[in-house]
Amino acid sequence: MTARPDIPSRTKTALPADHAVFAGPIQALVDELSRLPGVGPKSAQRIAFHLLEVPKEEAVRLAAAIGEVKDRIRLCERCFNVAENELCTICADSRRDQTVVCVVEDPRDIVAVERTREFHGTYHVLGGALNPIEGIGPEQLRVRDLLERLSDHNIVEVILCTNPNLEGEATAMYLARLLAPLGIKVTRIASGLPVGGDLEYADELTLGRALLGRREVAG
Amino acid sequence: MATFKDEGVVLRTMKLGEADRIVTFVTPEHGKVRAVAKGIRKARSKFAGRLEPMTHVSMMCWKGRELDVVTQVEVIDHFRGIREDLDRMPAAFTMLEAVDHIVVERQPADGVFRALTGGLRTLSEGTGPALLGAFLLRLLALEGVGPVVDSCASCGADGPLVAFDEHVGGFLCRSCRSGRPVAPDTVALVRQILGGQLRAALTAPPSRATAEVERLATAAIEYHLDRRLRSAHLAPDGR
Ligand SMILES: [Zn+2]
Ligand SMILES: [Zn+2]
Repeated sequence: MTARPDIPSRTKTALPADHAVFAGPIQALVDELSRLPGVGPKSAQRIAFHLLEVPKEEAVRLAAAIGEVKDRIRLCERCFNVAENELCTICADSRRDQTVVCVVEDPRDIVAVERTREFHGTYHVLGGALNPIEGIGPEQLRVRDLLERLSDHNIVEVILCTNPNLEGEATAMYLARLLAPLGIKVTRIASGLPVGGDLEYADELTLGRALLGRREVAG
Repeated sequence: MATFKDEGVVLRTMKLGEADRIVTFVTPEHGKVRAVAKGIRKARSKFAGRLEPMTHVSMMCWKGRELDVVTQVEVIDHFRGIREDLDRMPAAFTMLEAVDHIVVERQPADGVFRALTGGLRTLSEGTGPALLGAFLLRLLALEGVGPVVDSCASCGADGPLVAFDEHVGGFLCRSCRSGRPVAPDTVALVRQILGGQLRAALTAPPSRATAEVERLATAAIEYHLDRRLRSAHLAPDGR
């Protein structure tokens, strides 16, 4: 590092605490960082000052990595997974069963399902779940795209793989109702007890659903 | 650090960091409580199924400076009837959202809490077309800003009352009328709701009056809060 950053002291003319208290470029960085999810003003300051202290190459590598994803990564035109081309690697893979679509909230959920190695169909990323209190209704999700895709292709089953929470369940119920007239088989992932957990610690909702989703076991 | 015990209804939750959530409750003794539920997003968390929005719990928290920390939770009611019915959810979400905007941190909210648990229980047991309107009107009354319904809100005349205007604060007579026109059935239903005949009002079959009460109650509470209730205008409806 060549020069130590000049940290101006807070002045009386400054805006309320934590606002525009640093020299221009630092403040700009703090402002950008504090827009990231889960980063409050304090953490933003800590990260900004950390970046000031690390070797320049390290900081530039981070900036380049951000530039690279924004340049090279886009959304798959069919399923809205992250992709490097028009289609993501899953949609472009001829070995995947294109007649089965697993509907997820977020591309990260695809990673989770893929890790199971149990699913060989394709996906559709909604981009969230219904959350009326946050102003997220069907129009804010990729529901229309899903309907278009279902009318165009030879799809026989839709698996609703939204989160097993209030918003995810509401989304699954909504989609089930919406898709019912299409005559496509619609399934919902089972929810139940975590493997390795103790029954006595299971909450009532989970245990209740696990009972409803019980299976016959071969003797 | 001090702990406290209270009942609560989870109004909403927000992701925090890697595996935590900030859970917003309404409680009778502590008003709005914002508390961190650590590790809740992990599938094996003891909190996972217990701190979903729209859950009535009894809980114990560490008292923090800005945020409290949830240490124990037991479920009193999951309101499964609502969770499993897409048609009942919009009303429930609107109730939670309205309460979230009305209650204040660390100011007892016993009346609002009881109205909410009562409202959710009723909704969970069966659909009442007048329920959401009745709930919102009762919230306004608890806030001390219930609409004037027994006489004209402007001149005090006995009636007939033919309009409702949230800006004036209630029903209006023919010569003072502004806002939205209302039918006599609507006036009667609102009087029933605010006049101690809530049970009877809730058994009212769906009608123009029940729809109108919901609309005018929504307008009145939005005027009081000076904001729109997102859930009231974003009802998920698959039809
Ligand atoms: Zn794709
Ligand atoms: Zn008048």
